[in-house]
Amino acid sequence: MIKVYVPRDTVALAKGADRIALLMQAEAKARHCEINIIRNGSRGLFWLEPMIEVETAKGRIAYGPVTEDDISTLFDEGFLSGKATHKTHCGLTEEIPYLKQQQRLTFARAGVVDPVDIDNYKKHNGFQGLKIALAQPAQAIIDEVKRSGLRGRGGAAFPAGIKWQTVHDCEEQQKYIVCNADEGDSGAFADRLVMEADPFMLIEGMIIAGLAVGAKQGYIYLRSEYPNAHQILNEAIDSAYQNNYLGDNIQQSGKHFDLEVRLGAGAYICGEETALLESLEGKRGVVRAKPPLPAIEGLFGKPTIVNNVLTLAAIPYILSEGGETYANYGQGRSLGTMPFQIAGNVKQGGLVELAFGITLAELIETFSGGTFSGRPMKAIQVGGPLGAYLPKEQWNTPLDYEAFSAIGAVLGHGGIVIFDDTVDMLEQAAFSMEFCQVESCGKCTPCRIGAVRGKEVIQKIQAGQNIEENKALLDDLCETMLHASLCAMGGMTPFPVQSALEQFPQDNPQLQPEKV
Amino acid sequence: MVEIFDPKSIDYNKDYGTPPVQSDTLITLTIDGRDISVPEGTSVMRASALAGINIPKLCASDNLEAFGSCRICTVQIGGRKGFPASCTTPVEEGMQVTTQNDQLAKLRRNVMELYISDHPLDCLTCSANGDCELQDMAGAVGLRDVRYGFEGESHLNAKKDTSNPYFTYDPSKCITCSRCVRACEEVQGTFALTVEGRGFNSKIVAGQNDSFLSSDCVSCGACVQACPTATLMENTVIEQGQPEHSVVTTCAYCGVGCSFKAEMKGDKLVRMVPYKGGQANQGHSCIKGRFAFGYATHKDRIQHPMIRDSINQPWRKVSWDEALNFAAQRLRSIQKQYGRESIGGITSSRCTNEETYLVQKLVRAAFGNNNTDTCARVCHSPTGYGLKTTLGESAGTQTFESISSTDCMLLIGANPTDAHPVFGSMMRKRMREGATLIVADPRKIDLLKTPHQSEVLHLPLLPGTNVALINAIAHTVMQEQLQDRSFIEARCDQSAFQKWRDFIIKDENSPETMEEITGVPAQDIRKAARLFAKAGNAAIYYGLGVTEHSQGSTMVMGIANLAMATGNIGREGVGVNPLRGQNNVQGSCDMGSFPHELPGYQHISDDKVRASFEQKWQVALDNEPGLRIPNMFDAAIAGTFKAMYIQGEDLAQSDPNTLHVEKALQSLECLIVQDIFLNETAKFAHVLLPGSTFLEKNGTFTNAERRINRVRKVMPALGGKEDWEVTMALSNALGYPMHYNHPSEIMDEIASLTPTFKGVSYEKLEEVGSIQWPCNEQYPDGTPIMHREDFPIGKGNFAITSYLASEERSNRRFPLLLTTGRILSQYNVGAQTRRTHNQAWHDEDVIEIHPSDAEQRGIKSGDWIGITSRAGQTVLRAAITERMQPGVVYTTFHHPFSGANVITTDNSDWATNCPEYKVTAVQVEKVSQPSEWQQNFHAFNQQQMELLKQGHKKRSKKVTLS
Repeated sequence: MIKVYVPRDTVALAKGADRIALLMQAEAKARHCEINIIRNGSRGLFWLEPMIEVETAKGRIAYGPVTEDDISTLFDEGFLSGKATHKTHCGLTEEIPYLKQQQRLTFARAGVVDPVDIDNYKKHNGFQGLKIALAQPAQAIIDEVKRSGLRGRGGAAFPAGIKWQTVHDCEEQQKYIVCNADEGDSGAFADRLVMEADPFMLIEGMIIAGLAVGAKQGYIYLRSEYPNAHQILNEAIDSAYQNNYLGDNIQQSGKHFDLEVRLGAGAYICGEETALLESLEGKRGVVRAKPPLPAIEGLFGKPTIVNNVLTLAAIPYILSEGGETYANYGQGRSLGTMPFQIAGNVKQGGLVELAFGITLAELIETFSGGTFSGRPMKAIQVGGPLGAYLPKEQWNTPLDYEAFSAIGAVLGHGGIVIFDDTVDMLEQAAFSMEFCQVESCGKCTPCRIGAVRGKEVIQKIQAGQNIEENKALLDDLCETMLHASLCAMGGMTPFPVQSALEQFPQDNPQLQPEKV
Repeated sequence: MVEIFDPKSIDYNKDYGTPPVQSDTLITLTIDGRDISVPEGTSVMRASALAGINIPKLCASDNLEAFGSCRICTVQIGGRKGFPASCTTPVEEGMQVTTQNDQLAKLRRNVMELYISDHPLDCLTCSANGDCELQDMAGAVGLRDVRYGFEGESHLNAKKDTSNPYFTYDPSKCITCSRCVRACEEVQGTFALTVEGRGFNSKIVAGQNDSFLSSDCVSCGACVQACPTATLMENTVIEQGQPEHSVVTTCAYCGVGCSFKAEMKGDKLVRMVPYKGGQANQGHSCIKGRFAFGYATHKDRIQHPMIRDSINQPWRKVSWDEALNFAAQRLRSIQKQYGRESIGGITSSRCTNEETYLVQKLVRAAFGNNNTDTCARVCHSPTGYGLKTTLGESAGTQTFESISSTDCMLLIGANPTDAHPVFGSMMRKRMREGATLIVADPRKIDLLKTPHQSEVLHLPLLPGTNVALINAIAHTVMQEQLQDRSFIEARCDQSAFQKWRDFIIKDENSPETMEEITGVPAQDIRKAARLFAKAGNAAIYYGLGVTEHSQGSTMVMGIANLAMATGNIGREGVGVNPLRGQNNVQGSCDMGSFPHELPGYQHISDDKVRASFEQKWQVALDNEPGLRIPNMFDAAIAGTFKAMYIQGEDLAQSDPNTLHVEKALQSLECLIVQDIFLNETAKFAHVLLPGSTFLEKNGTFTNAERRINRVRKVMPALGGKEDWEVTMALSNALGYPMHYNHPSEIMDEIASLTPTFKGVSYEKLEEVGSIQWPCNEQYPDGTPIMHREDFPIGKGNFAITSYLASEERSNRRFPLLLTTGRILSQYNVGAQTRRTHNQAWHDEDVIEIHPSDAEQRGIKSGDWIGITSRAGQTVLRAAITERMQPGVVYTTFHHPFSGANVITTDNSDWATNCPEYKVTAVQVEKVSQPSEWQQNFHAFNQQQMELLKQGHKKRSKKVTLS
């Protein structure tokens, strides 16, 4: 039987993967070919989805993007034996430059395995980290995480080991591990890829976190816009329970860990950790003032680790290969790898896992394939809707937390959104304020009212009204939001707004004659 | 120099921004160059306020946890980045805080500019003008210009909600600080308010965007009080403007005894605002105390003395002198004809201690007999008897505050969220903090549905089986050896304990045996016993569901036994706590209202005690106890009791077996009623003397925690005399001289004659706010927690509490058990609350019935239902609810036309004659018209109102001339 891989990833599904799998099975039957279709995850090369793979003696051969219309010609042209004539033929998957040039640690299994096949996971080094963790005292696990230099991948980049240590050191009996899977940044999809392509890795990471801090209950707070990830996570969790990786006495270790998925209700702000905790408790998703830190008084007032999907997903590798191995990647205080997510007006959108340190320009050059429109790139927004817009002059900045911070930008969750030269940066500035208006929880005044006024002031500038006064007012407002907001939502909205205005002077009406 | 914060220096009229924190560790920090030491955990904002440095704030208030939303209170802290909010930042040792500089000023001004860009600029015509924190803060930060203009998005056109009769919600003025929502959650515990939407669309809503009136809102007023703007505003302020002065006084509704600031314009009361310095209520209130004061100026108020020869005659308006002489003359002539014992008086649990004291003094000294009784007869007399017998003092053992250290609350026959709402909120707070609640009540009361509650256990016993239940709980404690051996050994009388132990351990008291009697599964009784005994600090709270039974006194003793057996007496968080129904039930009992006891529960037959009173009063006293209320009624019907002086009490509506009471009242030759309204009893009266409300007099009330609180006069008495002055004048008319210039002189006399009040004086009350008796040489500052070292009787006395079934049992003719209670918006017989907008919530009494009982009888919600007992029949509308258990029906007695007491019987407590209101066997059926009694009542009421109207028309000539 020939193994054929048809991804069940959301992007592939959106482009018809389910129907392709069905038709392909039917076609094979009609042609009396015996094939075994495996629904793997995506490799993250979204511009090639649906990317079908065929297992051959030489390795897996990729075809993509495949449409329904391609099916009969694929068979005609011998794709089952990996023949190269079909127009969608990409050669050996591992040799596709987009993939080959990456440093895949966290995403090593993505697209390779069936996401809900636990044996397959084990065959691909799955649960090796857990095995080591179970054999160690809790402090040793935390020390390993500290050695890795892993910092929170959600955006704030707080050292994971220190957070874990804080929770570990709390004397409370009840503690929680909460995985922040409310991936709402524009252009971000790495969390989804973990959950849809390799969910056992996340489960393993959370179990290890539980062992490290003494928590017996975990929750994955998943955005409701990810129904496919929800489905796959639940299948994987069921399987983990059935195979004694969750529940009582995990692998006869005497340890216990329960895990469940909770769905959000469509609020961006619930990706902010304290609003997430409120929502998880069944309340309105509003931001809590800190202190107390969630590590000390988190979910239901108990010590809680809130880590992003990517942070927890990095843990199994760190445990199995050692913190130092992980720390050998990256530079300075930005150690390990980061899954950059290339999106926006771009030809080759997808996930690129690389060690920190490559410049933005190199990354774009190597992987993006240029804009989708074919026009020149003008601006890149890194780190989600609260990240700064970077002009070409800044693209040579290394992708590194400190280097980005130095230019008033953020790496955030690693989302990279590309704009071509038709973009109106004043419009983008107004949009940033509008985004804040729509997504603000409404608790603090600078964000609740400031975002609305910000949008209005920019509109006045766009309309050419009292440009000087309104620009001064906008500066004042940005300063107010930056310094006085309760959380990063209001506090970071000035980043895209001010970068759009200051870094793109050609769009700045100050230089244009005042409209009458 | 370091200023050390002194908790006694708290100014209750100031808002310190965040709540106080208890800690033995003091932290020293520097704020604007000044060193101050405060308890660890205190916020920077509070520390500043304590140092007299007032950081601007909007969303912070010291009765709410810090929230951190307004961002006006930002400060700078040495060595830290940014501008932390001072409300959410705890102090740290050596912290250097700057509260004012140019950067902070700019930041605050810019935040304020945002607020004002979405706020109407109608300050001059705004109802909060002069009392608006937004206005104050705009001034404080120096906002001079709103550069955003006012043409942008705003809430200025948001619609008002005027559904609540007491306050208006105007969302156009809302700054979304969530203080109202947090007050509803943290202070009141109802969770009726929330924020709907997010971001700029955030809007405070009641329920799921319901109107305030139709939502779960209980109109406690906490949100209105919390609101820093005119968004939630009392209608009286909207109509009348800001008050100009205020007086701290004590609420005259339930036994919680809340302190309020009566906010006045001249002698007109504008609003009542709970006083943060009130030690009972700590700044909280309920709908009654907060809003339902309109009765004080209601047109029905009796403003002139009136007399008549018989109850079929019109009233005649007369002068005070004529009325009092008429009364005195009648009383004396009756005594002459029928004997000294043929008259008596009733003191009021609604009047002050001083007034109550004077009435019993009048009876004992001027009437020359001991025929004095009080309405506590029909509510908490078994508490007096039961607690005195077991613990040695007729009072609850704790402060309300004590509940904050309670781990398990056992609540029996009480419904605090309706009847003692402010204490109900304290219970709910403790439940949210994790305390367990056990409720023994036939009904599923609202406390069992507390939002965010911890473990609750409901023991839905059948009415009349309290003693069976408490015995079964105590049995479990002893059988499973959960008792506190060391407490019993050290603090209790061993022989009494042995006898009790031998009794309680008998199989007849086991949960398994009692299961059939109480209807509560044995395992639940055992679970309750374990929860209670193992809790650590377990406290018992109880109400009239305990006392108003044929075994009321037995049950009180059973409660005391359980508390002693488990060692839950004599410290914070434990105790036996009667929840008193009326504002001054405790006080009226303390003041010697009962026929057998002089003030301070000193027995009338004690020669030494009597001698001290005789010396002070300069009169010989009868050494025999006089008549209790039911004895008076019986004697009146028998023709030996002929006259009564009733101050502030409505026996005709509140006492059981109305037909019997009415017959007794009709038998009197002289009935003198002193009241603020023509109440049901007054319709049978010959002399009607205007009473005064709590707003119209000075005095003291004593609440359920033995706390003596000052009542302060804020307006002149409508009828010209305060109640104590009326009693004094009647006494003088009778020839027994009484001369007091002020109630403080009466209190001095009380203190001189009552050992437990020896240290009480108005001077001391002014100094310390309130005092919990005993207050004397031994306890100069009063006694918040009683029985810490020993009991007044030395050792605790376990009493034998055999269960005896009530004679009032369901049978084929009367298959259901009726029990009675109260509702939040109405108070007692409703004389006050029915004359307020509280009618909007409850304008008629209904009969609650379980769906299965209703279905069997073809009853639907809203049907007229005839309720028949051995004593009589009345008709009410049906309310079908699963709150009831099958076989039990329930009603309230707030409306006279309901005739709830027409059906209650004259069964009563064996020891104290407290009526068995809580158990009446009844049958219910669908009917089409009011009962015969109700029709008669209606006709009689019409007649009496007409006679009153005639009295109002003309003043008697004879009187005008004299």
